[in-house]
Amino acid sequence: MPSIEQTFTLQVPSSTVNLAMIREFVARVGGMAGFGENDVAKLELAVDEACANVIEHAYDSDTTKQVSVRATFDDEQIQIEIIDRGRGFDPSSIPQQDLDQLIAQRRSGGLGLRLIRTIMDDVQYQIVPGEKNELRMVKKIRKP
Amino acid sequence: MPNAFSVNRREEGSVVILSLVGFLDAHTAPLFEKAIGDEHTSGRNEIVADCAGLTYISSAGLGVFMSFLEEIREAGGDLKLAAIIPKVYQVFEVLGFPALFDIAPSVEQALVNFSNGIRGGE
Repeated sequence: MPSIEQTFTLQVPSSTVNLAMIREFVARVGGMAGFGENDVAKLELAVDEACANVIEHAYDSDTTKQVSVRATFDDEQIQIEIIDRGRGFDPSSIPQQDLDQLIAQRRSGGLGLRLIRTIMDDVQYQIVPGEKNELRMVKKIRKP
Repeated sequence: MPNAFSVNRREEGSVVILSLVGFLDAHTAPLFEKAIGDEHTSGRNEIVADCAGLTYISSAGLGVFMSFLEEIREAGGDLKLAAIIPKVYQVFEVLGFPALFDIAPSVEQALVNFSNGIRGGE
């Protein structure tokens, strides 16, 4: 049977209070896509991290701005895009440091990106300065 | 509330036990940061984070643990974690926390580790 692609979109004001709603949205769509409980939890975390970055860094917690989460899945995989119009930066330009180095420097930056890269199978950024930033993440659905 | 979070405090001898309940994310992490910061500022550096009621953690919450660990140890204390549920533990594990923190299966064990001078990440 051919795989039917389905897309769901959530748009919320840029505030960390909305991270809970974003996680619920991802959990619902992840469950529909066929992910098990552990993978749904990981998806929630990856999207939470990406959206928290947008809210706090791209938008400096300006609640008049909007964060969009678009999830598309078929039988094989789920693709989640996080779209914002804030100050874009290329997270891949940030060097990955060891945890003990971060602790020694009393820094916790970069942990979210490390989680995203660990959880998702593919992570790509598309930055059009002053227009649109798009983080595209893919996770394959593991068949039981 | 899917984003509710609270910290409950109690003392056991010289050790402060902070029980974390609910969702620890970028929205709620400042509350936890203040709770640990208050203990450290008042010279209480033997702290157990009781995670039995912690149902979710993101890097903002993990960052609070990381940012205080060194200072608390330099002050002669430790920040121990206890009773983490499997779903939350997998996040700690992805980032390599078990190599750096003393993570005990229960608060009671964390208290025993304090009295025996056991610290993680050494």
